[in-house]
Amino acid sequence: MNPVIIRTITRVLVPFIQLFGLYIIVHGPVSPGGGFQGGVVVGSSMILVALAYGLDKAETMANHSYRIIMDCVGSLVYAGIGLIGIAAGGMFLQYGIIPLPFTPARINNLMIFLIGSAIGVHIMALVLSLFLHTAKEAEIDD
Amino acid sequence: MNLSLHYPILLIVILFAGAYLTPLLGLWNKKICFPIAVLSTLISAVLSVVLLFSVLENNIVSYYVGGWEPPYGIELTIDPLSSFLSLVVAVIGFLAVVFSKNYVGHEISEKKQPAYYSLLQLIIGGMQGALMTGDLFNLFVMTEIFSISGYALVAITQKKGSLLASFRYLLLASIGTTFILFSTGFIYMLTGSLNMEDISNLLPLIDNPWVMYSGLVLLIIGFAIKSALFPLHTWLPDAHSIAPSPVSVLLSALVIKIGAYSIIRVVYTVFGERLSDGFGLIGVPLSWMASMAILVGSLYAIFQTDIKRMLAFSSIAHIGYILLGVSLASTLSLTGGIFHMLNHALGKACLFFCAGAIIYRTGIRNIADFAGLSSKMPITMAAFAIAASSLMGVPPASGFMSKFYLGLGAYQENWIFLAVILIGSLLSGIYFFKVLAIAYFSPIKEPDSKIRGPELPFSMLMPIVILAIASLAFGVLEDLPVTLIEQAVRLLLSN
Amino acid sequence: MIELLPPNLPYFASIALLLIGLYAMITKRNLIKKIMGLNIFSTSVLLFLIAMGYREGGAPPIEVEGVTHYVNPLPHALVLTGIVVALALTSFALILIINIYKEHKTLDSEKLTKL
Repeated sequence: MNPVIIRTITRVLVPFIQLFGLYIIVHGPVSPGGGFQGGVVVGSSMILVALAYGLDKAETMANHSYRIIMDCVGSLVYAGIGLIGIAAGGMFLQYGIIPLPFTPARINNLMIFLIGSAIGVHIMALVLSLFLHTAKEAEIDD
Repeated sequence: MNLSLHYPILLIVILFAGAYLTPLLGLWNKKICFPIAVLSTLISAVLSVVLLFSVLENNIVSYYVGGWEPPYGIELTIDPLSSFLSLVVAVIGFLAVVFSKNYVGHEISEKKQPAYYSLLQLIIGGMQGALMTGDLFNLFVMTEIFSISGYALVAITQKKGSLLASFRYLLLASIGTTFILFSTGFIYMLTGSLNMEDISNLLPLIDNPWVMYSGLVLLIIGFAIKSALFPLHTWLPDAHSIAPSPVSVLLSALVIKIGAYSIIRVVYTVFGERLSDGFGLIGVPLSWMASMAILVGSLYAIFQTDIKRMLAFSSIAHIGYILLGVSLASTLSLTGGIFHMLNHALGKACLFFCAGAIIYRTGIRNIADFAGLSSKMPITMAAFAIAASSLMGVPPASGFMSKFYLGLGAYQENWIFLAVILIGSLLSGIYFFKVLAIAYFSPIKEPDSKIRGPELPFSMLMPIVILAIASLAFGVLEDLPVTLIEQAVRLLLSN
Repeated sequence: MIELLPPNLPYFASIALLLIGLYAMITKRNLIKKIMGLNIFSTSVLLFLIAMGYREGGAPPIEVEGVTHYVNPLPHALVLTGIVVALALTSFALILIINIYKEHKTLDSEKLTKL
């Protein structure tokens, strides 16, 4: 397969795929989508880079330590926002009571958006990690 | 800010937060993973003790996640059975993490240790979540969390058979998971709600019983695969024997109990008011399958040569005892079944810890090579003997009390079940005495050069001794757990 | 009895897929085909859940002004969770298969259980 065609198309398409994935993440509370689906789309754009340019190029986009940090920080932000609900006097994950100068519906929307973005980052790191680990393990010399 | 209101959710969140903090800080310094795991499981254990006292005062503690009222939001309902099992899970989980400190360097490579401690906290957190939830779909999600962590922990050593054992566990248990989701769909279609208490109020109004019965049967089959009841047990011997020993303890002493607890919760709390006078159509096959599990598990265990495989088959037999108690649905048998959950957890955890200690110290897994271990590792073999006598049903160890309740309850139903319990205890006596006879009375064949230094490091000795003392203590002071269990059984059977 | 078929077609399709998935998991010898069967099996249950949530003439459950009749949005949340669970199971099983192949050089389940 001629790599020039694949590499050119990848170079043109990847920014648009990532922008679309970011659109899905950000519009989580309002339209179909949300953190998980948008994260998978952005992660698959990085898999496209790995397929077209080789595994090492994708590794430089997000190396092992950054992926672990993105992974863990995503879930810790989720737990943290839940605990902010406790600190503000309500139950776990009750974000309507947090003393910010918005109406409770706006605060709900904002917190769901923050959790969605954290989960989006987590899933993006996860999808890339799965692909890179699988591809590296499968390098068998037959 | 009254923190004591939030103990149920803090128990679960601290374990999950620790599970995600461990790889993060493991990037910086690998030595810090063990203290984080110990700290989070210790805080969870303390919180579960406090929660137990709170449940003893007011019969049910409930917590609305997100502040939403029950039919709209997820509710955590903690009744006496949940808090009792939550204490058992928290304490044995803490002991398993402590035991891993020295054991882990023996079998798992250095760069997988942050992942190992993270998975340990995830599996304990998933089990606590499954125990405390009052919502059917949340039960499915938590069951998935501890199941997937279980598959990963079985395969983590990458020894010769562990990948195949984990693959087989995955294939069979995921069928169970999908059946649970399927029947959750059935129940939602009938009643329009996912909250367990709400469903138990809405189910008596349904007049087409066949969809409801098929939902119940699919749920029981799904959870029976998770808890390795007789025809669905084939994944258990490989998975529990090849896993590293702290993981064998968690899987064999705790995870299969959560499957049995889910069956109790679904049948007695969710469907309780709809199934009048016991179980009828569903309890009879369940009790026969449990009886077959007792006989088949004990028979297979006699012919094993590897100690961990023998203990795994013994787990299949003891799940038969527990589910026999659950399916006979009288006060005595249900008390016996739940008490046997506690005794089997303590005894089997102690036995698997002893087996792990023997493998760590001498590398011996074959029972025929156990000769002379009573002089090389005296404390370990003494704890093995105490825990084995508890599981055999020898007084005054605690297993005798739970088998007594089970036997009384079984005799009220049908004398065949009492005969099965007695034959099962006799068979378990055969395989446990074989091990003790070889360890204590066989002459040493050749001088062994593998032992050096003290018997065991303190972090491995402490769980073994604590669990052996607890097995004896709950037999002598049996009214401590039994009053709590009777309160739980009264609440369950009052539907 | 044939008039039961048209309105209940999604349910029949879901049960057919469930049986196909179970058949593949049990009888196929190649491990990757077993995982494909697992995927089909999981997806059939998700189809059942969405079919259960359909209401006649309802709009997709996104808030638009002027629309009052939506389909039931709760099964959609259950299905999203089911998709994540299926993703985790499939990815874990595929990584296990790669390591099994590296260790045993075969993916035939008959030969593997003889070990």
